[in-house]
Amino acid sequence: MGATASQLDTGKLSEYEELTFLTKQEILLAYKRFDKLVPKEEKNRIDYRVRMEDILELPELKFNPFKERICKVFSTSDKKDGSLDFDDFLDFLSAFSESATLEIKSHYAFHIFDFEDDGTLGRQDLKQLVNCLTGKADKTSLTADEMKQLINNILAESDIDKDGTVNLSEFQHVISRSPDFVSSFKIVL
Amino acid sequence: MAGNFDLNQPLMGAGLESPADEEGVHVSFSQLIAEQIGESPDGFELQQLQRALNDEDRDYVGELGSAFEYPGRGLNDMEGEDDDGGETDPQDGLPWSSATLKILSSMPSRTIGRSRGAILSQYYNKTLQLRRRGQSRSSLRDFSRSSRPTIRGYGMEVDTTDGPESEMKKKKERLVNNLQNLSVGERLKMLRGMPVSVAEKKELRRLTLQKDKPPPSSSKIPCCSQLKFYIIIAARHSWYSWLSFLHSLQPWQFLFKRIGGRFGTGVLSYFQFLKTLLLFNVFLFLVTFAFLVLPQAMHPTELPVGVRTFSGLELISGAGLFTDTVMYYGYYSNSTLQKSCAREHNASASTDHDCVSERLSYNMPLAYFFTIGMSFFITCIILVYSMSKSFGRSFRIDKSYSILAMKVFSSWDFRVIKKSSVELMSQNNCTQLREILAEVVQKKEKNGGCQALWRLMVHGLAWAICIGGTAGCVISVYFFSEYMHQDLQRTSRQTNTHPLLKEASLLALPALVSLLNLLLPSLFSLAAWMEEYHSPSVRTYVALGRNLMLKVSVLAVLCYHWLGRVAANPSDINLMCWETFVGQELYRFLIMDFIFTLLNTLFGELLWRLFSRNVLRRSRNPAFDIARNVLDLIYAQTLAWIGVLFSPLLPAVQILKLLLLFYVKVTSVMMNCQVPRRPYRVSQMTTIFITLLCFPSFLGASVCVTYTMWSIKPSSSCGPFRGLRTMFQAGKRWVQELEKNNPDLSVLARVHAYLVENPFFLFVGAGIFLIVIYFYSQVVDGQRKVIELLQEHIEEEGAHKKYLISKLQNMHESKKRIPRRLRSQDSGC
Repeated sequence: MGATASQLDTGKLSEYEELTFLTKQEILLAYKRFDKLVPKEEKNRIDYRVRMEDILELPELKFNPFKERICKVFSTSDKKDGSLDFDDFLDFLSAFSESATLEIKSHYAFHIFDFEDDGTLGRQDLKQLVNCLTGKADKTSLTADEMKQLINNILAESDIDKDGTVNLSEFQHVISRSPDFVSSFKIVL
Repeated sequence: MAGNFDLNQPLMGAGLESPADEEGVHVSFSQLIAEQIGESPDGFELQQLQRALNDEDRDYVGELGSAFEYPGRGLNDMEGEDDDGGETDPQDGLPWSSATLKILSSMPSRTIGRSRGAILSQYYNKTLQLRRRGQSRSSLRDFSRSSRPTIRGYGMEVDTTDGPESEMKKKKERLVNNLQNLSVGERLKMLRGMPVSVAEKKELRRLTLQKDKPPPSSSKIPCCSQLKFYIIIAARHSWYSWLSFLHSLQPWQFLFKRIGGRFGTGVLSYFQFLKTLLLFNVFLFLVTFAFLVLPQAMHPTELPVGVRTFSGLELISGAGLFTDTVMYYGYYSNSTLQKSCAREHNASASTDHDCVSERLSYNMPLAYFFTIGMSFFITCIILVYSMSKSFGRSFRIDKSYSILAMKVFSSWDFRVIKKSSVELMSQNNCTQLREILAEVVQKKEKNGGCQALWRLMVHGLAWAICIGGTAGCVISVYFFSEYMHQDLQRTSRQTNTHPLLKEASLLALPALVSLLNLLLPSLFSLAAWMEEYHSPSVRTYVALGRNLMLKVSVLAVLCYHWLGRVAANPSDINLMCWETFVGQELYRFLIMDFIFTLLNTLFGELLWRLFSRNVLRRSRNPAFDIARNVLDLIYAQTLAWIGVLFSPLLPAVQILKLLLLFYVKVTSVMMNCQVPRRPYRVSQMTTIFITLLCFPSFLGASVCVTYTMWSIKPSSSCGPFRGLRTMFQAGKRWVQELEKNNPDLSVLARVHAYLVENPFFLFVGAGIFLIVIYFYSQVVDGQRKVIELLQEHIEEEGAHKKYLISKLQNMHESKKRIPRRLRSQDSGC
């Protein structure tokens, strides 16, 4: 613990603690796990970006159908390749932590579900979302008719201004009425 | 050409000649936005679009315009079966033109998440509101020009001519300025809650703290507020370290993660409920230990009869050697305990103890009465608080029901990480979505009369079976307990029975009750198997209701047996101390319940798994029945609560029991069970469980205890209340003594008499509560109406938006047609 913690001094630790919803323990654990993903020759660089492929190998994300979207959403790299540096990694853990507010969680959930990255959830986004939920196997996916019916119902329920898409406020409105969201939108390292 | 149009390339490259040429056509936003983000990373500004729309001549959209004049050109059908591959005008099926798409894509409702500038503006306004709330009256100097209300409070300014970079800088500066003027707590909360990246937040924090060091020149802040600032920072730091310490103490963190990763949040909620119960018992144990057990243990009373030997049966029956120990009520003395210095005086030690020092005395009856009362009161407050918090989270004001949307948006459990569980969850999601879809569609269909009658009959039959089973249970417990009572009477008159045999016979009633508790829920689930319900949640509630009915009736009969039979005539069974006997009974019930649960978990679930896999040839393990297990926990906790009065060490027994049960259940679940197939609404069920813990369970236990304290005569030869008419007299006596010693406190005595003994006050209090609740429900109704009105309003605004956009598009296209016509005329000549 001493060797790794030396790169993360108490000043930075308390700074991270103030800016995220994570406790000291969680930040140190995150640092340990992130350090494992950094190759040996790059360990001295502070702002090394771990590639998306390596992040996707984490056991917490490996079988999650939203893993690529998560990397893309939390990545602040200029190349838009989904690579995360330590700050982004903490951001990701903070949004999925126990004490994050509903607003933060719903904000990031919206962007994760926005597969087309256009700022709203259109029919295509919803279709891809349902496909992720029901898995890739043939016997577990819905038929085309069912899918259409489902998406129509979802839009009828949540699209308040009737523009055919679900924007961020409408999404947050639905989420605020769903008490299970906060408990299911959690990842623990 | 205009630098804004990097999207020129694909258009020109495609050489757009025919409308069927797909490459250059913008049918989705992602292309547009990707290109535009490349050119201006800080989001869209209105003036850019203004310029875009003004450059009519160099507008390449005109080329596209021709493609869109022909409706239904097959541009929509690129996706195949889906009719909404791109953004279309729902009225006439024409796809939007590129300019319209540009405008739509830059609408505030779509850019809010992506554009950092928009987020900063939003948070600037939030902090401004907070600041205004904090200050009573802010000077005009503090208002910058951008705080006029705009759409969604973005503070977008159309009259500046600065480029995007400096605009962003200004916004940041204003936000930092606001952050500095907030209190420390609010600033931290605001920073944490901002949905921007950590790097951005670091920058903001640095800027905020940078300017914080020198005190502002025009401030009237006295120096002690700086001290307050440092104190707050120090307090916050120590609070964080305390939280981290608590967090590191979490003993079952890793186990919880494994269970959650494999079974999801539903099964995890059972274990979290177990942990909650453990905490309640730890609290109860600490209180009784500190105030009752410890003082009494330090002043041991003399044992009445000869020494008993330890036989193994004590652990189960609680009688024998344990009878005259601190474990039971009978051991506690009814006098004021005093430190008698004659025995303990040590020659070498120098003590200043006064032999009759009042300060070291400990009034045992009073302590007993108040400890039990206080612990119940505090438990009540904690329960009601957590129940109301849980209820508040799951109760929604507006009546509109959006099950499908909620299900789709919030049903993916991110906690599950094991591959097989993820696949199972996907399968479950598919099934559940189909079920809910069918439910939604079916509501529109009407049932035939014959079908409904048949279903009603089946329901009636199932309910008859369940009620019959429960009644049979209750009657058998009643008669068996009467039989045991008479048996005890008989054996107590004889003197030649072996004491161990007598103790063993006492175990018969608990064994019977535990057996019934085990078998009857299986009967209920069999009865439910033949019924069909419209929705799975109704099925869960019905099962819960039936189990609850069984447990409540069994507990009611048992309470009658103890308080009505045993306590009323203790001399019938030759009892010196009926409270100790009842305490022992409760101990026996707890232990028996535990043994039967262990046997059921270890053997029953294992056998059922083998049976269902090999005989029934099912491909999946049985599901973990969360509701039934939680009800078992609640039942045991009710017994513990009833028993605290008679056996102050019972919470310790319950703690040990829960710890063992936890590990046994974890092992069993890992080995034998599966992710539950039925949909399980976690937070609703957690609310229900906490409510069940509070209402039937805790309320019943406290009614029982209150009745005992109020009306039943305590035994005259043992316990702290011997000689009094009721246990409650202890409190009254103390008040009378106080009054005698201190006539000034007669007010207190009179107040006490009025409050506690006069029922009028209780009625008035209850009446006021009811009126307050009625007012709140009226407020909720009013809020509901407001929500409906606002939804209609938003729909109207949406219609306005569509109207404006289609008008814009028409205007744009009509403008394009005129120069094109001129150009084609030129080329034609």
